[in-house]
Amino acid sequence: MSEKTANIGDAIAADAPADAPERRINMIEAINEALDIMLTRDPDVIIMGEDVGYFGGVFRATAGLQAKHGKNRVFDTPISECGIIGAAVGMGAYGLRPVPEIQFADYIYPGLDQLISEAARLRYRSAGDYIAPMTVRSPFGGGIFGGQTHSQSPEALFTHVSGLKTVIPATPYDAKGLLIAAIEDNDPVIFFEPKRIYNGPFTGFYDKPVEPWKKHPDSVVPEGYYRIPLGKARHLREGEALTVLAYGTMVHVAQAVCEAKGVDADILDLRTLVPLDIKAIEASVEKTGRCMIVHEATRTSGFGAELSALVTERCFYHLEAPVERVTGFDTPYPHSLEWAYFPGPVRIGEAIDKLLKD
Amino acid sequence: MADTAKPADTNRPALALHVPEPTYRPGDPVDFAHIDVGTAGGQPRPDEAAHPSEMGELAYSLVRVLGDDNQAHGPWNPRLDPEMLRTMLGHMAMVRAFDERMFRGQRQGKTSFYMKCTGEEATSVSSSMALASDDMIFPSYRQQGILIARGYPLLEMINQIYSNRADKLKGRQLPIMYSSREHSFFSISGNLATQCPQAVGWAMASAIKGDSRIAATWVGEGSTAEGDFHAACTFAAVYNAPVILNVVNNQWAISSFSGFAGGERTTFAARGLGYGIAALRVDGNDALACYAAAEWAANRARGNHGPTLIEYFTYRAEGHSTSDDPSGYRSAQEREEWPLGDPVTRLKKHLITIGEWDEDRHAAMDLACAEQVKAVTKEAEKNGILGHGLHHPFHTMFEDVYEELPWHLEEQAEQAIRERITKFGSERPFG
Repeated sequence: MSEKTANIGDAIAADAPADAPERRINMIEAINEALDIMLTRDPDVIIMGEDVGYFGGVFRATAGLQAKHGKNRVFDTPISECGIIGAAVGMGAYGLRPVPEIQFADYIYPGLDQLISEAARLRYRSAGDYIAPMTVRSPFGGGIFGGQTHSQSPEALFTHVSGLKTVIPATPYDAKGLLIAAIEDNDPVIFFEPKRIYNGPFTGFYDKPVEPWKKHPDSVVPEGYYRIPLGKARHLREGEALTVLAYGTMVHVAQAVCEAKGVDADILDLRTLVPLDIKAIEASVEKTGRCMIVHEATRTSGFGAELSALVTERCFYHLEAPVERVTGFDTPYPHSLEWAYFPGPVRIGEAIDKLLKD
Repeated sequence: MADTAKPADTNRPALALHVPEPTYRPGDPVDFAHIDVGTAGGQPRPDEAAHPSEMGELAYSLVRVLGDDNQAHGPWNPRLDPEMLRTMLGHMAMVRAFDERMFRGQRQGKTSFYMKCTGEEATSVSSSMALASDDMIFPSYRQQGILIARGYPLLEMINQIYSNRADKLKGRQLPIMYSSREHSFFSISGNLATQCPQAVGWAMASAIKGDSRIAATWVGEGSTAEGDFHAACTFAAVYNAPVILNVVNNQWAISSFSGFAGGERTTFAARGLGYGIAALRVDGNDALACYAAAEWAANRARGNHGPTLIEYFTYRAEGHSTSDDPSGYRSAQEREEWPLGDPVTRLKKHLITIGEWDEDRHAAMDLACAEQVKAVTKEAEKNGILGHGLHHPFHTMFEDVYEELPWHLEEQAEQAIRERITKFGSERPFG
């Protein structure tokens, strides 16, 4: 068994043999594998989206799946996010388990009414008569020179909606296990994939060479089916000095900055924003007394605001310094000044210094 | 910018914005002579596999069966047996009786809201009767006729309207936003036209699975302006989905006439042609034409020949809902002058003309409908009316947001129950 799987206590029922050879794959391959497994296991799973069929998706996440599972299961759609999500609601009502892809999270807005008013509310408004068991996959986040329409992090729009679950993996191992759990979940799940780390765990030091996933321990991914339960954070580093709450790309950036500064950080990769692993957050902050929240999304009303409020409400008497939020600026994602927007090592370093000042 | 902005230094003419205005406003005398209703029996009935381009004319004329002589005419005559016609008439009469009583119930304070479908009964009752009972319906908010035609219990409808403790939707939905999986009737949304791409998705799923069931959706002409409607048309055409897109053109969207959905420029059926979807424009007050069009479209879908868009040309005889007064924005004479009459009266006269019905039986039927609705209303009131305490327990408010209750909702549920006890001393002061 690899070092990685040995450390994952909460993964459920891996059916890969314990002595399977260690494999290292990137996040795209992990997602592709999860989709392939679910298409094979469950005849009700279908995949649709712009360019996901024959071509295999603009990020290759669905490569080879149409050839293997057929055009009835994996197919292209018109360029209509409203239509994609709307059709997925109807398919869910029929009994399918659709996994639509929205090509970029920035494109999801035409589908918002179908997500917010329909998919998220369907179980409630029909008292369980109908459900919308869809998983909406979408690449999100910046750092790839995508400009303002290929870089956004709109997770807070979805965490604000009752009835939706929002999941964001940070490693290939998690991407596979969480995506399988999301597809099997009977509630609609927004599954945001941090596209900056599709191919390697970006640390925020954009002027240094990027490491591929193959050198990272979390790229060890067992073959076959396993799931990571939604709502459970990953406690990726034990420490005493301060708590770091992050998800997606920022997990790696925050971790790298803490290492570079020699800070003994207690780092939580939240993995699921709703439902949130509040117990893990409380336990960590009660231990460290200091909390830094890091996300790439814009600051005002970002998910960090919710995290900050929860920590303040629930751990106030353990806090030894005000909660620090490190976020993107409240501007659109600028193309040429992308790294000035990005909450990189300097901004995170400043927050750490403030938190540890006295 | 100045009000008098004119193109300076140019000979180009000043542009003018057209803001549509209905022909008649309150108090205006009404003359609908300009509406060309054609003749009953005058429209060809193409093969159900016909290419949309071969039948374009049917998107502009009106498919009609019942003539002024109250006889059924032409190739669209569905040739239904008298028993079926009486059943259809009975459903329509029941819908009307139900609407009357529920509207009054709202005025009496028994609930917050109600919507009648007076004048449009055939567009729901007759067209849904042409479908199989397990074909999936994605309704808008004015298709109570489908539930009644499918035998959904009136008691359940009223419990829902009262949001009482027996309401199967647990008091969560605005009155009339029914849902019944058992009757293949999708949960109604207050957000307009969202049901259209959902219906197409359901139909696609049915095709993916090699099933034989088709889907049908209903939307008002005003809501065809929503992007969802156009997404639905695109998806239906692209995947040749076994779906029927029904547009109920009742001329009014609350106070906005059909011109604000583009009705001044072309017909709503013609929308289908641009997508390559078979399109029929039908006299929506002609129960036989409604049935025949739906039957044609259902056969087309079942034969894998693709989707159909049907425009039911009709008239909303009452207000949009209990919340608006139509005398404030349109001429009351419109209803009287509507050139296609009343659907219940027309079907009744047809049955009488062919010797299968009479005025006495009709009066007896109306009375029986009213009595039945009255009795069921009393039964439902035992379960409570809106705002009188006989609702579902507080904890149900937090259930079904997710399949399982997450910690934050459990905390909020505890708070709600605590607030209740603080106010009343017990969670359920009314039992």
